[in-house]
Amino acid sequence: MNTAKDEILGRIRTALADRPQPDTVERDYRRVSEASREQVVEQLVDRLEDYRANVYRETAETVAARVGELLTDASSYVVPSGLEASWLPDDGGAPEARRLTEPAVGSADAGEERRVLSTRELNEVSAVVTSSTVSCSETGTIFLSGRPDEGRRAISLVPDHHICVVPLESVVELIPEALERLEPTAPITMISGPSATSDIELERVEGVHGPRRLDVILLG
Amino acid sequence: MKIALFATCIVDAMYPRVAHATVQILERLGHEVVFPAGQGCCAQMHVNSGYMADALPVVRNHVKTFTEADYDLAVAPSGSCVASLGHQQPMVARRGGDEGLAKDAEAVASRTYELAQLLTDVLGVTDSAAQLGSWFPHAVTYHPSCHGMRLLRLGDRQKDLLRSVGGIDFHELPDAEECCGFGGTFALKNADVSGAMAEAKIANVTASGASLCSGGDASCLMHLGGAMSRRGSTGADGTPLRTVHLAEILASTREEPLDVSGPLELSIPGGKATVRRRESANTATTAPAAATQPASQPTTEEVSR
Amino acid sequence: MSRTDLGMPTVRPAYGHGHITLDEPFPDSARTQLGNAQMRKNIRHATHSIRAKRARVVDELPDWQRLRAAGSALKQQVMADLPALLEQLEANVTARGGVVHWARDAEEANRIVTELVKAKGVDEVIKVKSMATQEIGLEEALNAEGIAATETDLAELIVQLGHDKPSHILVPAIHKNRNEIRDIFVREMEETDESLTSEPKDLAEAARRHLRERFLRSSVAISGANFGVAETGTLSVVESEGNGRMCLTLPETLITVMGIEKLVPTFQDLEVFLQLLPRSSTGERMNPYTSMWTGVTPGDGPQEFHLVLLDNGRSAVLSDPAGRSALHCIRCSACMNVCPVYEQTGGHAYGSVYPGPIGAILSPQLTGVEDGANGTLPYASSLCGACYDVCPVAIDIPSILVHLRDQDVQATHARKKAEKKVPVPSQMDLMMKGASTVMSSGSLMSLAERGLPVGRLLAGKDAKLGWLPGIAGGWTDQRDVPAPPQESFRHWWKRNRSGSGQQDAEQTTTSEEEQA
Repeated sequence: MNTAKDEILGRIRTALADRPQPDTVERDYRRVSEASREQVVEQLVDRLEDYRANVYRETAETVAARVGELLTDASSYVVPSGLEASWLPDDGGAPEARRLTEPAVGSADAGEERRVLSTRELNEVSAVVTSSTVSCSETGTIFLSGRPDEGRRAISLVPDHHICVVPLESVVELIPEALERLEPTAPITMISGPSATSDIELERVEGVHGPRRLDVILLG
Repeated sequence: MKIALFATCIVDAMYPRVAHATVQILERLGHEVVFPAGQGCCAQMHVNSGYMADALPVVRNHVKTFTEADYDLAVAPSGSCVASLGHQQPMVARRGGDEGLAKDAEAVASRTYELAQLLTDVLGVTDSAAQLGSWFPHAVTYHPSCHGMRLLRLGDRQKDLLRSVGGIDFHELPDAEECCGFGGTFALKNADVSGAMAEAKIANVTASGASLCSGGDASCLMHLGGAMSRRGSTGADGTPLRTVHLAEILASTREEPLDVSGPLELSIPGGKATVRRRESANTATTAPAAATQPASQPTTEEVSR
Repeated sequence: MSRTDLGMPTVRPAYGHGHITLDEPFPDSARTQLGNAQMRKNIRHATHSIRAKRARVVDELPDWQRLRAAGSALKQQVMADLPALLEQLEANVTARGGVVHWARDAEEANRIVTELVKAKGVDEVIKVKSMATQEIGLEEALNAEGIAATETDLAELIVQLGHDKPSHILVPAIHKNRNEIRDIFVREMEETDESLTSEPKDLAEAARRHLRERFLRSSVAISGANFGVAETGTLSVVESEGNGRMCLTLPETLITVMGIEKLVPTFQDLEVFLQLLPRSSTGERMNPYTSMWTGVTPGDGPQEFHLVLLDNGRSAVLSDPAGRSALHCIRCSACMNVCPVYEQTGGHAYGSVYPGPIGAILSPQLTGVEDGANGTLPYASSLCGACYDVCPVAIDIPSILVHLRDQDVQATHARKKAEKKVPVPSQMDLMMKGASTVMSSGSLMSLAERGLPVGRLLAGKDAKLGWLPGIAGGWTDQRDVPAPPQESFRHWWKRNRSGSGQQDAEQTTTSEEEQA
């Protein structure tokens, strides 16, 4: 008695009895950017704004104040434990009043006393602040890959407001350049603007299940 | 040069005026036109209907006729039939296990041109009024038939020839690249959908502001024209819509203008009783060229006789 | 519907079944749909707006044709190496903590998924839009076992709440406009009332409220996959709304159903498809969200992951060298958005979850041309070629349509023969046979054209024919035929041009024409 696997593989081998010869895969499309850093950053801003994300240019000195300002209306916000502390506002010296810090993904660190938030707890959180792995300017896409300063996927999904820091040195122009900088087996989320749908008359409308407000801080 | 006319079955039987116009245009440019008498059809109708086996003898006949005939290049006033020669005939031959026929079919296809392709790419026509004496003072729009556009990649060749016709009032067709709904036996098998597609095209013809829709494929024009006639479609000004082949517009001159006012007449002008003399190769120089300087002598190396 | 094996040995490719069979001939289903003026208006509006958007973002890329060629070559490579790549995928998913299941057909896939859900002891699941699960009728199979499956994609939700059928692979509710959607929401959603407007923003907000609680409480999600990377075991879902992320991230268990053709060899290959897909489908430079996951990641997302690899007729498609490239499809829907037939009939006329040009080749290949009325699908095209032009992986859909028409004609003839009745040729058979004989000979064409004056006579004073018998009536149902000319061009040429001085047409004989 054949297993389903054996049978399917057998069917496929029979189907390929003519031994088809595939064309050679030519990777002669653009794989390396020829644009200047300035052009790339400018393009990223253009694309993000086209998706109706809010874009801010900040430096190491100004970023915390900007994050603080963007969080003005947030009753609470979650940050991954690996996030650079100097990016966050001091919240009048009492950050714990509304800041929730998540342990790193898969962290088995015994010293980590804080447990992860349940989904329902997360649903009550107003905002999230994360960093990002790499961004592609041509498509306006920010990649998160579960690193300690990005956190697990749920934290950048459930809160309705995502503040995402994009260090300028992580911006590339092309999709091939961006994928090269990722660890394939990490949990990867590509974000191109706030949640949207084209399901009604094929017109894009922002704001469905993912964060409806996306603030991007270009840092550097 | 010596140009063999592949009239195509539909033009031969239903639109002889289109073939006649093609001959006129080429002779005006000083070329000799021959008509290989054994010709029939390209077999596209059979292929597209799924009758590959029945297509084989039709292909064989076409390839034999145009391999044996003596000519430099062949021309057909149809993008679809020319595309079929290159895209379908070798495939039909190979399915029939005849590699030699496939090779011959490829050779025939490689020297067969669609009319606008021949005029533009080979004969260097860039100004229909100046070089062909074309004169057609009517409001005209243009539908690019699918196979010319997507298989032959004719681009704007047909449209550019039309736009340079003397006196023409050219109107762009909205959504021009959408199929008219002909599709060979699709028009029979899926008559309702085909009719709905024609209606969409007709609405765009009306919206264009013209009352004549031109094109390079008699089959599409027969379908569209028939649908216009059935529906009593009119242009924006109330004039009944009709279709007219590109070749007939290019062949129309001040002296012998194409009459589009009366009922549609498909017979070659002059009728069966009158035998017309061959026009001289110099017609183009005597035809007043609209708005431009007198025509330069056609760029041809041979004169027909 | 019963499964059709192509032969006795179990290794023979087998046809699939499910929601991929048209049950009445396409001309009939199309006629019904053509009567729905509102639907046609909606489809026309939506397809025209997406065409323009797609063209704009495609034209923006200087290397589009090179990406397209690479995408096509990659998919050819996948098909050629499919057994090895599938085993590689399985090994990598397993190594990363996932469980791989193999399903020969729709029933087997449904059974696997249903048992997995039951084992979790739940009676509701959330679903991400997926063509494979629609194809196999998973929702009905789950319902039959008392499990409720909530569609979380907005368009799927509209279809589900409207007790409707999908009509487009990307936007299943494309046949509904905003007012109709608003009415469905008011009627079916507890959370809404008459104050709901038909503004897309408000409708999206209503969907958010309706689904939020389900996302939070569901412990099992079911998804499809856009890509499966053999080299790493990575799976990917491309979406817009965030419902995909919710399903792929929040539940404890994730079950993914993926057709065996969805593979790509390496992670790097995604650089091609992630450029081709969004621009072709929604006309965006990139879709809002794409998720990738590999097996199970401790501490992040579902801690139990099952991958169901589905054949259901794909091996049969693969067995036809002239048609197998239909499996290259990445489900972008660009072909239906440009198709002039789809634009008139909408998706329901195709009777399958795969409508439009890709459906017209995929459905009959998955089931065989003899299943239901699927043999009529390859004729549901004017062969205009717009689909081939926009296909991001360059599937030559018109050529496959023509190939399948040939298959259908042969299958029909073979069936008549097998029935051992006196084989009665159809009108189309007779017409093609007759035309083949006549059109293979200039002299017979000449003879046939002698009949033109008869047609001219019949056309009468108004110079047109309004009715023809038999299948030619398909022509005159929609169009007039102009009065034929007095004589064919061939005869005119003969009288005027062939041979010096020979101008008497009446001297023409058919044998002389061959020599001219």
